[in-house]
Amino acid sequence: MTKLTFIAHDGTHFDVDAENGSTVMENAIRNAVPGIEAECGGACACATCHVYVDEAWTAEVGEPEAMEEDMLDFAYDVQPNSRLSCQIKVRDALDGLVVRVPARQG
Amino acid sequence: MTDIIRTDVLIVGAGPVGLFAVFELGLFDMKCHLIDILDRPGGQCAELYPEKPIYDIPGWPSISAQGLVDRLLEQIAPFKPDFTFNRMVSSLEKLEDGSFRVITDENEVFEAKVVVIAAGGGSFQPKRPPIPGIEPYEGKSVFYSVRRMEEFRGHDLVIVGGGDSALDWTLNLQPVAKSVTLVHRRPEFRAAPDSVNKMYAMQEMKELDFQVGQVTGLTGTDGHLSAATIKGPDGDTEVPCTRLLPFFGLTMKLGPIAEWGLNLHENLIPVDTEKFQTSVPGIFAVGDINWYPGKLKLILSGFHEVALMAQAAKRIVSPGERIVFQYTTSSTSLQKKLGVAG
Repeated sequence: MTKLTFIAHDGTHFDVDAENGSTVMENAIRNAVPGIEAECGGACACATCHVYVDEAWTAEVGEPEAMEEDMLDFAYDVQPNSRLSCQIKVRDALDGLVVRVPARQG
Repeated sequence: MTDIIRTDVLIVGAGPVGLFAVFELGLFDMKCHLIDILDRPGGQCAELYPEKPIYDIPGWPSISAQGLVDRLLEQIAPFKPDFTFNRMVSSLEKLEDGSFRVITDENEVFEAKVVVIAAGGGSFQPKRPPIPGIEPYEGKSVFYSVRRMEEFRGHDLVIVGGGDSALDWTLNLQPVAKSVTLVHRRPEFRAAPDSVNKMYAMQEMKELDFQVGQVTGLTGTDGHLSAATIKGPDGDTEVPCTRLLPFFGLTMKLGPIAEWGLNLHENLIPVDTEKFQTSVPGIFAVGDINWYPGKLKLILSGFHEVALMAQAAKRIVSPGERIVFQYTTSSTSLQKKLGVAG
């Protein structure tokens, strides 16, 4: 199991055990992390699972692909460390990953 | 009043479940008319993820969303459904004879014995951009579509977005506007490369201004804008703005259906699981828009729902007529309807 931490907009920490191969979004939904809506169910079609990747992790998580960048145009307050959590796959190297949930989704 | 369009069954929403409803209703000789806010059939499958594979359609180990829509259109073709696109249903009224009158946002009038709501997540509507305090300006200075170009003549126009709508209107409105500022959060665009090149060429000629950034604030009084604040890589700048056109994609909203007097459950329409009928007899709800204990938002669940709904609808459309359950595999009368009888 890989450990992930979601920090909700109000500062609440959610530490969850995630299965490798699942998406960060799926783990947020499974653990009822507030502020992750994932309207489209993970099709990279809505930008409502937007998260900020903790600076210590941006290099390991990597850059969004072109389609995700396109979708991020619709997100709220997009920063250089913005990602759509449905497009981040959990793997061993992400053990300890921290992501923050923005004030709002779109 | 304009001509009334009469049909047996009016289907609100032309997504996969609305389309398959035509098939099941057609087997019982009911004529269908579908209304959709999009400009083509397919609903979310066509609008949100046409290229994405779906793996849980029985008999199709993998099929693209658009592929499924195309197959459904082929499957329902024998029943010759009518379509009205680019329309949102606005009002519904029950008539004395028990049928329904439905009026669209463009004032077309439909009368049907049965209404089937297959509206999925609701109607696609422009997404409000994440700009604080934008609401009071909507409809006065902020518009989400261009109905008449004249309304933008002589204005300081700010267009936000990086897709085809944003680029097309930047190019088309530039000749009539006093000034045009295009704002997009990055220098890459989703729009057609040809439009992007044209835009850059016009920027070279100083005919418009393209700024990388996000609109973070609006200034104005009584709904009338005067300026917009753009947060760019080098900090905030303020640009003159008397008209704002944000293009932030589409979102889904239940819309006027919420006013139809149906019982609702968290923006979904509760139905029974025998007929998939709403709290109003004669109005059915199928697919993602309905709710019942154990509901799963799966296309295949919607397909099951329309098969049962069709039986109940038939009893309303042809009261007193005996309903014979038949298989398409063996029934020559069904095969005649499908145009495949030997």
